[in-house]
Amino acid sequence: MDTFDLEKIFQEKIDGEIKIEPKDWMPDAYRKTNIRQVSQHAHSEIVGMLPEGNWISRAPSLKRKAILLAKVQDEAGHGLYLYSACETLGITREETINDLHSGKAKYSSIFNYPTLTWADMGAIGWLVDGAAILNQVMLTRTSYGPYARAMVRICKEESFHQRQGFEILLVLSKGSEEQIAMCQDAINRWWWPSLMMFGPHDSESTNSEQSMKWKIKRKTNDELRQNFVDMCAEQVKILGMKLPDDKLKWNDKKEHYDFGEIDWNEFWNVVKGNGPCNKQRLDARKKAWEEGAWVREAAAAYAEKRKARQQAA
Amino acid sequence: MNIQIRKLYYGDIPEEKGGVQSTPLGDGGKQSDWPLWEVFIRSKQGLDHKHVGSLHAADAQMAIENARDVYTRRMEGVSIWVVESKYIHASNPEEAGEFFEPAVDKIYRHPTFYELPDEVNQM
Repeated sequence: MDTFDLEKIFQEKIDGEIKIEPKDWMPDAYRKTNIRQVSQHAHSEIVGMLPEGNWISRAPSLKRKAILLAKVQDEAGHGLYLYSACETLGITREETINDLHSGKAKYSSIFNYPTLTWADMGAIGWLVDGAAILNQVMLTRTSYGPYARAMVRICKEESFHQRQGFEILLVLSKGSEEQIAMCQDAINRWWWPSLMMFGPHDSESTNSEQSMKWKIKRKTNDELRQNFVDMCAEQVKILGMKLPDDKLKWNDKKEHYDFGEIDWNEFWNVVKGNGPCNKQRLDARKKAWEEGAWVREAAAAYAEKRKARQQAA
Repeated sequence: MNIQIRKLYYGDIPEEKGGVQSTPLGDGGKQSDWPLWEVFIRSKQGLDHKHVGSLHAADAQMAIENARDVYTRRMEGVSIWVVESKYIHASNPEEAGEFFEPAVDKIYRHPTFYELPDEVNQM
């Protein structure tokens, strides 16, 4: 069978909604796109632990500490589901992590913003996880089997993340004057970066018609972003807060909210490494990797020793 | 319909836009020495173990403990199996057609093949 036939069979499977599995033939570009996307999604989960991990020891009560700890642990788990899925495409874990540390592989830019107050834990859960869920729900139907299955597992766990975030804000919104101000301030700072999570306008996009054809993705950036704005514009009323956008207004004709323009300069700046925390985040990951080296070595040595002992017995 | 889309969401920054090329790091750590394990979980007594994913671990005990932390945080399991991935042998997807062909034309193996009078209830 030549490549032409193989590609035809491959595309027929995709068109027939049959998932692609690790040992199936796939075009190199499909493999490469998935490696890039899945690994960067994995990195996002792992780097995403940092801004929140920062608040575990400072959460205002034992209950909030326990919840935040569980959420951050979930993110480690999500990272691992995704790293495993990525490995099925034929890249080693080591290469994947190297690419993160060298800066070649990206992670979601949202995690390059600092978490300044406790209210940020609420805003991250509500807005950042909310935006992530929209994308991830779409990805449960992605064409690569292991990625889709990882997404199903992640989506099941993610809903608690968003709800606990909204609840944090809800409690603050009914609190003292300072707490109410803190709540609004966090929403103000996280709103625009959350909208940026969906990526550039569809009209700006050039090269991955292919991702739609291969059903790696099923909705456009602007579609998902509009869904998100429509949802949040309603939910923010329950908090009695405002989204920081003068142009946000219900449009009867479109049956959607109109909203203002994103600062795309800021977007590209953060992508390119000039966000408020890019360096800090990567340094933290590298430090964890380097300082954990002795643990990895010790575990390997212990396993060796135990194996030798078993063989001797 | 010709939708053009490029997402720069989770994990989708094109390499040329990132502005950094990959440079391998020094030792890369020893993790690559840890083998890959496949994880199977029994969700409750009476059900089969089912494949849930994989992970790296130095030995079987560590693989089981890590599997507990990763795959059963919400009481998804009462029992875990791990097996080193290299010991799994699989049928070849490229030969799936011929390989499973013998079952295709034996519809008489299914109960619905047999038409019986309605009076023969629940057989």
